[in-house]
Amino acid sequence: MQVSMTVNGEAISREVEPRVLLVHFLRDDIGLTGTHWGCDTSNCGLCTVLMDGAPVKSCTVLAAMAAGHDIRTVEGMATGGTLDPVQQGFMEEHGLQCGFCTPGMMLTARALLDRDPNPSNQDIREAISGQLCRCTGYTNIIKSIRWAADHQSETAGAATEGS
Amino acid sequence: MQIPAAFDYARAESLEHALQLLSEHGPEARVIAGGHSLLPMMKLRLANPEWLIDINDLTDLAYITEDADVVRIGAMTRHVELLESEALAGLFPIVRDAERTIADPLVRNRGTIGGSLCQADPAEDLSTVCHVLGAELVIRGANGERSVPMAQLHTGPYETSVEQDEILTEVRWPVRPRTASAYTKVERRAGDWATAAAGASVTMGADGRVEDVTIGLTAVGLDGGTATRAADAVRGQTPSEDLYAEAGRRAAEQCRPIGDQRGTEAYKRHLADELTRRVLRRSVERATAPLGRGV
Repeated sequence: MQVSMTVNGEAISREVEPRVLLVHFLRDDIGLTGTHWGCDTSNCGLCTVLMDGAPVKSCTVLAAMAAGHDIRTVEGMATGGTLDPVQQGFMEEHGLQCGFCTPGMMLTARALLDRDPNPSNQDIREAISGQLCRCTGYTNIIKSIRWAADHQSETAGAATEGS
Repeated sequence: MQIPAAFDYARAESLEHALQLLSEHGPEARVIAGGHSLLPMMKLRLANPEWLIDINDLTDLAYITEDADVVRIGAMTRHVELLESEALAGLFPIVRDAERTIADPLVRNRGTIGGSLCQADPAEDLSTVCHVLGAELVIRGANGERSVPMAQLHTGPYETSVEQDEILTEVRWPVRPRTASAYTKVERRAGDWATAAAGASVTMGADGRVEDVTIGLTAVGLDGGTATRAADAVRGQTPSEDLYAEAGRRAAEQCRPIGDQRGTEAYKRHLADELTRRVLRRSVERATAPLGRGV
């Protein structure tokens, strides 16, 4: 069947079997391997992408079900060579060790900050509670998201003052 | 690599279209909503539908409407919406209690109440919530609409009275004055299925006695979904720790848990007892709180 969706702002259309999962569609059919593929059982959250702005586990969404929707992957986070504050935060606060969970963690963080620019640390913990870090680097992941929240509001404040 | 077996896919544009697709493709067609139960089962070949009818575009089935005596929930309402609804948190605190324990935020972004109830998993939390709240389920078929009480929805594990060419469209929870509810769950790790869980709804009389009560248990083999003998002990009585203890004892006696990797039979009976006490205590506290909705 023909499946068409928007991925990182770009209209994508491919002929795929109905049983193709979104994670494989992204990785194998359009070559965006930044979305990682982990447990296959909607437990680990490595494959998290944003669907219409909300984080979902792409191993448990059919590509066919994502048709017509707006998908955002880690490849779509930086704009014009500038890292998303979340990506910057993961660099500043050493939010990754092996990096396997990182794309999913960062996308969930992006969705959280889009909804609530100033979340509490408890909100951050809740938001990432569906995703596993096998390096157990949660403390630095939370710090990284905290960094993004703090610096994002500074940036937004500066922009408002400048306008 | 877990991939479902091959199937054909159709996306329904309306409820009527979905019903038409279901009758057109016959017994091997299944509705998919959030897909977070069905797709894992398909990967494991525990479900092998030949057709999937995707109803995610039926956004008119996603709603929470509050009337004086009933709250109506559209079947496509997702867990996240149930969790975040302030109206539901006020009227039926059991809903937020339960939703906080269901899987994780990402799964809750996709899973729906209709899907949860129709999956009919014996360890599923919203089923107990619906038993406790005395839900009515609205089911649509080609020949019109019917409604069934929650006690008649599940006919066995993973089996419901929703016919193959029908779709559950709405869940109705009656609103009762001086009533509050609670849910609590023991799980091996956050987001797991229940080892055991309990829910209760308590209506307080003006005389300080329990006018009415419903107790539900999850994942412990309770026939009919409610712990009737425990409720009988509480109804008409003045709340006390002794009363909760008696209710817990009866709940543990009435359930029939099976020992598995989540716990032994004895441990699950212990949980049925203890969790019944906790939800009764919490429900009574909420129903009698000076500023609560229950007053």
